[in-house]
Amino acid sequence: MEITDSGLAALTYGLGAIGPGIGIGYLVGQAVQAMARQPEAAGMVRTTMFLGIAFVEALALIGFVVFFLAG
Amino acid sequence: MIPLPGILAALEFPPLTHIVQWPAFLFEDTAFAINKVVLVYFFAIALTMLVFIAGNKGRLVPTGMQNLSESSVNFVEDGIVMPTMGPDGLRFTPFLMSIFFFVFFTNIFEVIPVIQMPASARIALPMFLALTVWVVFVLVGIIKQGPLGYFKNSLFPPGVPAALYILVAPIEFVSTFLVRPFSLMVRLFANLLAGHILLVTFAVLSSALVVSEWYVVFLPLPALGVIFFTAFEVLVSFLQAYVFALLTGVYIGSSLHADH
Repeated sequence: MEITDSGLAALTYGLGAIGPGIGIGYLVGQAVQAMARQPEAAGMVRTTMFLGIAFVEALALIGFVVFFLAG
Repeated sequence: MIPLPGILAALEFPPLTHIVQWPAFLFEDTAFAINKVVLVYFFAIALTMLVFIAGNKGRLVPTGMQNLSESSVNFVEDGIVMPTMGPDGLRFTPFLMSIFFFVFFTNIFEVIPVIQMPASARIALPMFLALTVWVVFVLVGIIKQGPLGYFKNSLFPPGVPAALYILVAPIEFVSTFLVRPFSLMVRLFANLLAGHILLVTFAVLSSALVVSEWYVVFLPLPALGVIFFTAFEVLVSFLQAYVFALLTGVYIGSSLHADH
C-alpha cells in the first residue's frame, strides 16, 4: 500500500487527538463528580469546566488545522 | 450495476475550496466585493443590533423580543462577567454582549437553510475578532495598571524566585501576547470549519445514495447523520460563542486585576 502525504497527515491528526481526548474525558468526569458532591457550587464548576475544555480542545483543533496544511 | 464499494470509492468529495469559497455577486474584482460570507456578516450585525434595540424599549413588563434580550443580558452578566471579572467588570457587559451575539449569529448561519455557511469558517472573521480582543485587553491593562506596571505584572509575575525570571518572562510573553489571540482565533475557526465539513460529508453521502439500486436501503443512515449533526452544530454554535465571550472576559479580567 502506498503511503501518501494526506494519509500520513490523517494518521498524525488521529494520534494528536488522543491526548486532548483523554484530557477532556478526565476534566468533565472530575467536574461531574464535583457537581454531584456539591450541587450548590455547580454554576462555578461549570464555568471553570468550559474554560478548561476550551484550553484542552485548542490542542486538538490546532492539530486539525495542521492536518489541512500538511494534507 | 456498480457494486456498493464501487459507488463509495467513486464518491467524490468536493475539494475544500469548493465548500468554503463563494463567488462574489456585487462589486466583483474590488476590495469591497460582496459574497455569501460578507452577506452573513451584514445579517449578523443587523441581528445583533436588533437584540440591543429590543432591549432598549424600556417597557416595565417586557414582551416578546424584549424578554429575550433582557434574559440574555442576565445570562451574560451572571454567566460570563461576574465569574471572570467581578463587579467592576460590569461596564464591559455591552462589549461582551456584542461579541457573544455577533459570534453566535455568524455561527448559526451554518444550519440555516439556503445560506448554510458559517462566516467563522473563513479565518478573516475569527482573526479580526481575536485581534480586537487582544487590543482591548492590552489597552485595559495599560490604562488600569499603567504601561510599565502592566508589562511588569504580566511578564514578571510576583512570587517567583528572581533567578527564574530568565525562564518565566519569555514564556509569559509568548503565552500572554501571542498564544492568547492565536488560540482564540484557531478555536473558533477550526470548530466551525470542522462542523461545516462534517455536514457536507453526510450530505454528499446521502445524495450519492439516492439511486434506484438495492443499496438505497443504506440511505437512512447518512440522512439521520445530517439531522443529528445539524442539531449538534446548533449546540456547537452556542458553545463556541459562549467560550469566546468567556475567554474575552478572563483576559480582560486578568488586565483589570493584577496578580499579587
